[in-house]
Amino acid sequence: MKLDNKIAIDANDIHYTQLNKLIRKAVAEKATDIVIKNVLGQRFIASGLRAEINIDIYGVPGGDLGMFMNGPICNIYGNCEHAPGNTMDYGKIIVHGSTGDASAHSMRGGEMYVRDRIGYRGGIHMKEYDQKKPTLVVGKSADDFLGEYMAGGLILLLGIGQEAPFYGRGIGSGIHGGRIVIRGEIEDKYLGLGVKRLDMDTSLLNEVQSRIKEYCNYFNLDATKLLDENYTVLGPASSRPFAGKYTWE
Amino acid sequence: MSLGSVPLRYKVDIDREQCMRCMRCVDNCSYGAFRNEEGKLIVNSRKCTACHRCISMCPRDAISLKDRPVDYRAHPLWTSEAREDIINQSRTGKIVLAGMGNAKDFPSIFDRLVLDACQVTNPSIDPLREPMELKTHIGKKPSRLEFEETVDGDIKVLNEIAPNLELQTPIMIGHMSYGAISLNAQRSIAQAVAKVGTFMGTGEGGLHESIYPYQDNTIVQVASGRFGVDINYLERGAAIEIKIGQGAKPGIGGHLPGEKVCSDISCTRMIPYGSDAISPAPHHDIYSIEDLAQLVRGLKEATEWKKPVFVKVAAVHNVAAIAAGIARSKADAVVIDGFRGGTGAAPKVFRDNVGIPIEAAIASVDKKLNEQGIRNEISIIASGGIRNSADIAKSIALGADAVYIGTAALIAMGCRVCGNCYRGLCPWGIATQREDLVDRLDIDSGAQQVANLINAWTYELSELMGAAGINSIESLRGNRERLRAYMLDEGMLNVLQVKPVGA
Ligand code: SF4
Ligand code: SF4
Repeated sequence: MKLDNKIAIDANDIHYTQLNKLIRKAVAEKATDIVIKNVLGQRFIASGLRAEINIDIYGVPGGDLGMFMNGPICNIYGNCEHAPGNTMDYGKIIVHGSTGDASAHSMRGGEMYVRDRIGYRGGIHMKEYDQKKPTLVVGKSADDFLGEYMAGGLILLLGIGQEAPFYGRGIGSGIHGGRIVIRGEIEDKYLGLGVKRLDMDTSLLNEVQSRIKEYCNYFNLDATKLLDENYTVLGPASSRPFAGKYTWE
Repeated sequence: MSLGSVPLRYKVDIDREQCMRCMRCVDNCSYGAFRNEEGKLIVNSRKCTACHRCISMCPRDAISLKDRPVDYRAHPLWTSEAREDIINQSRTGKIVLAGMGNAKDFPSIFDRLVLDACQVTNPSIDPLREPMELKTHIGKKPSRLEFEETVDGDIKVLNEIAPNLELQTPIMIGHMSYGAISLNAQRSIAQAVAKVGTFMGTGEGGLHESIYPYQDNTIVQVASGRFGVDINYLERGAAIEIKIGQGAKPGIGGHLPGEKVCSDISCTRMIPYGSDAISPAPHHDIYSIEDLAQLVRGLKEATEWKKPVFVKVAAVHNVAAIAAGIARSKADAVVIDGFRGGTGAAPKVFRDNVGIPIEAAIASVDKKLNEQGIRNEISIIASGGIRNSADIAKSIALGADAVYIGTAALIAMGCRVCGNCYRGLCPWGIATQREDLVDRLDIDSGAQQVANLINAWTYELSELMGAAGINSIESLRGNRERLRAYMLDEGMLNVLQVKPVGA
């Protein structure tokens, strides 16, 4: 059994490069848990980090938290700036608050749970391959262009305590892989180009249910009501959205 | 079918006297222009793409090829191309795609520039006898150096020097992805650059395992699709390049059609088999110059500030101001891709009409960075239509640190610039994934030919420098005094900051 080795870092007044050096040092010292206090706008936290480790972050991290990250589980007790989980490979980001634009941008694997709201272009160009399937779960609302150019994975928008629309325009435009699942009915005018309404199949339903449970588990919410609801499933009209647009010279 | 067919693009003729009916042309033509009917060689010229594979393989020189064998009524405005594009589009209602670089008859600025040589007053240098320094360092340079004398009398540099790439010659090979070109083509290039001590770009296609042995000579690309990008990929490359735009199609994204996404490509790019690989027009985490700076820092932070980061932009009207913005980020080099840059497929209207020539772009970027006192902050890499060592010497004299070549390296492996890369049937085994065709490209010979080309151009560069009395590439860089313009207008002279011939 691995012994707990908790390392605390005070981020007060230190630059992000310095902070990441301390994190890498803690990883080298075989930490199992890192607790970072007083985070105030430091960008790129845990960027490119390869480790099976738990990181608790208190405060407001700056942009690109967990960029290219591979492995860590980050719990953020606060809001995040733009693009947390950018091109993330594997691991988890659990945000006890809201996140900015381009959250989970180009995410390739791993999971991200946002308790409240995300900004524009959430989950844009998320993609899956082989065993890697990125998942973005959002509790309350998302702005325009959710899942645009999506090439794989799952986006789940719950709209907890929200009246529709708790989403913006252009949902899934250019989507060519993956699924966007949103609670309730959605009017056509919110859908982007190339999106198709699909039926919920059993395997997707199972996945959605287990994601909802996991979400509720992180944020101490009761899942029963959410599990009872109707969900709209959106997916690509084609895995080749541009096939009909061109002719050769 | 009220439009009928358009005239033949090429006409293939067989000299029946010469032909020995060996049928090599039949076997070699992947476009199906030849067939063997009971020992008789039949030609279907409509299928010909002028790839010259048959011509180069015919043991008897029996094949001849004619471009546009059918005349239209001559008209300077309504060229046959203009007419045929309209016919195509009135049939299909679609955007016309085309291959290779800008095919319009714009005058070449390179061809209007001449280089200098020494006579009498300052002697030229014999590169055989004197050392010629062509070694080039790409990356940030400190604006000044600080020294300290150590106790034992040594001199220690106090500055922290940013990581630079060391090139033995200012010639690199630009980004052509596995997918756009075959693995054999990429491996040939990788072997060649490792041999001559320079670098190649991976393109936005990830890094295939078989390139790992050459990873210290590769520049990995991060484009808007983020294909194949993970921390291992970033750490393997000697440098990282953010691709914002490309000279052949500035302002738009790219996509690799699903039929080209075979299982090997799918795993290198990390996308599902058979799905389109779509790179959106912008990076959706970059909507401003500040966002770009953020990605530059993000890549550096992820790789612990050990890798130079380049930013590639297409040469467009405002390229100088854009490059100045890039220079103020933490980027180490700006790559400028001129409007003649090649590509597997681009909308023809973009390929032929959007962007500016590389010559003007280099000069204006170099000038702007000098004016702002930040030229040393960043290296300039020029690409897009570089055809020979003279183009390289002129690029450097206009202000580039190094160049990327693309099409030229493909020609060194057999490509004849037929412009049909997008069909995936390249008979030279370059722009194709069909196994029997890929096998035609022998990696070792391909590598040797590409290395030969770079070596030959490097020799020529040192000869040109020697003749001009210059013994280090650094003294040629931005040295416009060594250039004169032959019949360029005054506006152009101002942009290039070059004097006319005779002045
Ligand atoms: S390769 Fe030349 S000689 Fe052989 S069949 Fe073709 S045209 Fe004749
Ligand atoms: S690489 Fe492209 S242009 Fe060159 S021969 Fe092959 S298909 Fe033709």
